Amino acid sequence: MNDMRPINVAPVADVPVAPFVPGPAGTHITIRGLTKYFAGWPLYENFDLNIPKHKIVSVFGPNGCGKSTLINMIAGLVPIDAGEILFDGKSLADTKIGYVFQNYREAMFPWLRTIDNIAYPLKLAGKSKAELDRRVAELVASFDVKFDLNRFPYELSGGQQQTASIMRALAPEPEVLFLDEPFSALDFEMTLFIREKLQEVFMQTGTTMMLVSHDLEEAVYLADEVLLLTKRPTRIAEILRYGDARPRTVATLSEPSFIATKKQSLEIFQREVRR
Amino acid sequence: MAEAAAAKTAPWTGASDAAPALPQKFPWARLLPALGPVLLFVLWDAAVRYGYIKAILLPTPWDTLVALVSGLAGGPLMIDFAVTVKRTLEAFAIAAIIGVPLGVLLGSNERAYRSVEFLIDFFRSTPSSALIPLFLLIFGVSDVNKVAIAAFGALLIVLFNSAYGVMNARKQRIMAAKVMGASRWQIFKDVLIWESLQPTFVGLRSAVSMALVIVIVAEMFIGSDTGLGHRIIDAQQVLNVKSMYSAILSAGILGYALNVLFLVIERRVVHWSGR
Repeated sequence: MNDMRPINVAPVADVPVAPFVPGPAGTHITIRGLTKYFAGWPLYENFDLNIPKHKIVSVFGPNGCGKSTLINMIAGLVPIDAGEILFDGKSLADTKIGYVFQNYREAMFPWLRTIDNIAYPLKLAGKSKAELDRRVAELVASFDVKFDLNRFPYELSGGQQQTASIMRALAPEPEVLFLDEPFSALDFEMTLFIREKLQEVFMQTGTTMMLVSHDLEEAVYLADEVLLLTKRPTRIAEILRYGDARPRTVATLSEPSFIATKKQSLEIFQREVRR
Repeated sequence: MAEAAAAKTAPWTGASDAAPALPQKFPWARLLPALGPVLLFVLWDAAVRYGYIKAILLPTPWDTLVALVSGLAGGPLMIDFAVTVKRTLEAFAIAAIIGVPLGVLLGSNERAYRSVEFLIDFFRSTPSSALIPLFLLIFGVSDVNKVAIAAFGALLIVLFNSAYGVMNARKQRIMAAKVMGASRWQIFKDVLIWESLQPTFVGLRSAVSMALVIVIVAEMFIGSDTGLGHRIIDAQQVLNVKSMYSAILSAGILGYALNVLFLVIERRVVHWSGR
């Protein structure tokens, strides 16, 4: 039946295949040719991006440019139409990730006690009871938790719930942590508190993080890189590096380097919004 | 501590003095729910006392209550009451045991549900009492018949609510489980089933009311010599109004008690509901 073969096989050889271009050294997530259509319109078309390892990248851009969609596609929550996303050369299936949702109320499982919520990803991974307890104790210590984890999530305040959901995301020691506007539903006091916790965790573990934020100050404050996006079809407007040493504090907010980065981000953002 | 310190410097505190000084008010508002029934009994009594309604058609409330209490306390009413409770609970148990798992299964496979949706909606909209003759042909004039038709009516309600409970599960909770690496089966058993619990309980509560209605109707019109329905129709035939009204009231008490019972169970099991 050899003579049948050419009829059924697509003429692959005729289509020029874009060679896979790896990112620079220290790249963690490589995104190549990412394409996503929404209702027939391109949201992302042939989008390439390198996310560096052990860094925090803040994603910032105009409304509707698909900031959340971008991290959701990388995290596998939204299917992509074409393209390739690799984590250190591996597929998502071989990569441990954590995800923190904006709406903690609908992200936690209210039928489980908070402590069991935090341990849930460990249970999924088939960890033993002892390993599970050890890891939760570790998280409790590093987050300096003052509230009762034996309560149900709905018995906690918003900030406590979001703290717990960050602990849950970090429990399996993920390679990448995605945060989709994690502070938007919180009051200012809690936002500051969790922001500091996040910075502490990052300094301890160096976990690669991608943060979607609609607050520019917060985006720059936490970031090593600010990824500024254009209006749709979305492209990279600019990637700004911000290198002030951690721990960053309130004093950081008045450093010239911080102010300059923030100002530049704002200018690019405004340019893109008007375009 | 702060309060104690404040007390030392300022011995007079308005709050601690004012509280006991408040006059102890009787909580009249608590009696409000009793107002309606009392009013009804007063009107009822007046209607009979002043002859607006003939005593042969309507006994005094007092006579009715006496008949009710003596009947339920070991009289023949008690046996009919018990028989109706037994039939209702049997029908309900069948509906729940088949309906909940089947509903959850259909709900987790939307295509399967769509293929039987019309049937479910059609028979849910058909008054079950209209099907009594059909069930008579199948089961004959038997005890099984009454339970079967009540179970059928209740089953559809349970099925419908459980299926929709699964289909309307919060998308974000499913996504949260997915991003933590849960398999389809793990999402089903750890999220979907729990998410469906609250609507399932709404279904169970409506189903037990429906089962009671159909059992009583069946007892009235399918040759029966026991049950509240039988007692009501028998008493009406011989104009034994005291017996009739006490049977009607006890059917009401039964329906109300079942509803309250299921509400209490629901609040225990679905403790996170509405929070």
